[in-house]
Amino acid sequence: MSWFEKKEGAQIPPAKALWAVCPKCKSHFEKSVWKDNNSICPKCNYHGRLSARERIAQVADEGTFAEVFRAVSYSDHLEFHDATGDYKSKVEATIKKSGETESIVMGTCEIEGHKAMLGVMDFSFMGGSLGTGTGERIARAAEQAIAEKRPLIIFCASGGARMHEGILSLMQMTKTSAAIGRLKDAGLPYIAVCTDPTTGGVSASFAMLGDINITEPKALIGFAGRRVIENTIKQKLPADFQTAEYLEKHGFIDKIVERKDMKHFLAKMMGFWGF
Amino acid sequence: MACKKTTTKASAKKPVAPAKTLTAWDKVQIARDAKRPHIFDFIANVCSDFEELHGDRLVNDDRGLVAGFGTIDDEKVLILGHNKGATIEENMESNFGMANPDGYRKAMRLAKLAERFHNPIVTFVDTPGAYPGREAEERGQAEAIAKSLEFFSGLKTPVVVVITGEGGSGGALAIAVGDKILMMENAVYSVISPEGCAGILWRDGKMAPQAAEALKITADDLLKLGAIDEVVAEPAGGAHKNHKTACANVKKAVLKAIKELKKFSADELLEARYAKIRSYGNFY
Repeated sequence: MSWFEKKEGAQIPPAKALWAVCPKCKSHFEKSVWKDNNSICPKCNYHGRLSARERIAQVADEGTFAEVFRAVSYSDHLEFHDATGDYKSKVEATIKKSGETESIVMGTCEIEGHKAMLGVMDFSFMGGSLGTGTGERIARAAEQAIAEKRPLIIFCASGGARMHEGILSLMQMTKTSAAIGRLKDAGLPYIAVCTDPTTGGVSASFAMLGDINITEPKALIGFAGRRVIENTIKQKLPADFQTAEYLEKHGFIDKIVERKDMKHFLAKMMGFWGF
Repeated sequence: MACKKTTTKASAKKPVAPAKTLTAWDKVQIARDAKRPHIFDFIANVCSDFEELHGDRLVNDDRGLVAGFGTIDDEKVLILGHNKGATIEENMESNFGMANPDGYRKAMRLAKLAERFHNPIVTFVDTPGAYPGREAEERGQAEAIAKSLEFFSGLKTPVVVVITGEGGSGGALAIAVGDKILMMENAVYSVISPEGCAGILWRDGKMAPQAAEALKITADDLLKLGAIDEVVAEPAGGAHKNHKTACANVKKAVLKAIKELKKFSADELLEARYAKIRSYGNFY
């Protein structure tokens, strides 16, 4: 449920401008080293976050991605405001800064020649939270995928439902799950890629409904937050709790796929199923 | 003259105070009241008989979610409901109605059975949320909720949902997907608890009353937003003041909903349910 944001006007210490710190192993690298390694930690192999556009460029065949539903954006039906201001201004600022209009970018594309409907969430857009626009894009994507007989692939990256949109953001969990159920009934495959992080209401809906659920090394995947669980059970949790590796061990992830192998893996799986 | 006097006397009586308008936060307190009817109070007052059935056939029988077949007048139904427990021992055993994945899987197992024999399903929703525990995560809390949403969206038997107390986020939603969503007058239903929201967006859990207001979590608000279909009236002061009347109102609304839904074929039902789900927050 949680999502994160930078405090406005926060000063970036000079060190942070030069150095990238791996959030998993805390090793320091020059920013260029981190970036040249495709946001993967050279030391521990944690696969860091990518923007939706970076991800699309790495997965879709060049020049094949055609974005859809860009006009489906957020809705401030609650006229929500909290201590730090109103939702509308926050999300408008995010739109202006990122150039995206929702937390998922959706489009048709080809992956090594296999036709697909591809959705990629962007954690930098309101913590990748699931708003009414996000849910509507996913439902429409599933319906268009049925009409065009395309497999559906969604890269998830989210803190959960977008509380600024209240109960109707929760209802997007149902909407996306119902639409994906129809896609499967229509004989089409759905691949969920849970990237770092995939938590809360997104993990409890379309992110865990893949015919196969895959992930990247060391991604955080879980329903409840670590602190909430520790406070509830009054115990320390193991260090690798809710990691990709932990989930694979417990049977909820089909495969951990390295970023360099992702495109080929997706194409290969679609091929196995005749798409 | 005499007549006029009587009138004056009557109007001089202490006027009935107008019902206090309850704030969202007031309703949160009522919805959480320990004396509010629990799942077994509803079952006792709504059903003429009930057989509880146990277990998910995988690892466990979750006490946080109760399931069984029962009779409501002449309707043979499957009942599913969160179980907060009425005593301290029961509270502990059932984690105060916070279900584990095993609970949601038990619900799906028995719902599949209800579908096979065309039993309508009635769910009673009253939970702070899905249980945040180590085993719950290891056994796939997220997956169990996700599967429930997909499963109930496509289930070929009528599903009537009653939000009776706390509708806490995904843990509530997992058994709140249906054809008719009823909500008791003082119940609340929210994407996140007011305390949780206040902690994140106000950075102060004490701002929960403000968060409760902003989130729009009362039955009236949710009816306007289209998230529920009908509000079930409660006796004066709230359901905890009079279980019998509260349960009678719920029974009447549930029976009416079942009778309406039984007119549809399974395919019509599914189409209507999908259209309803599809309409949630479609502003585009």
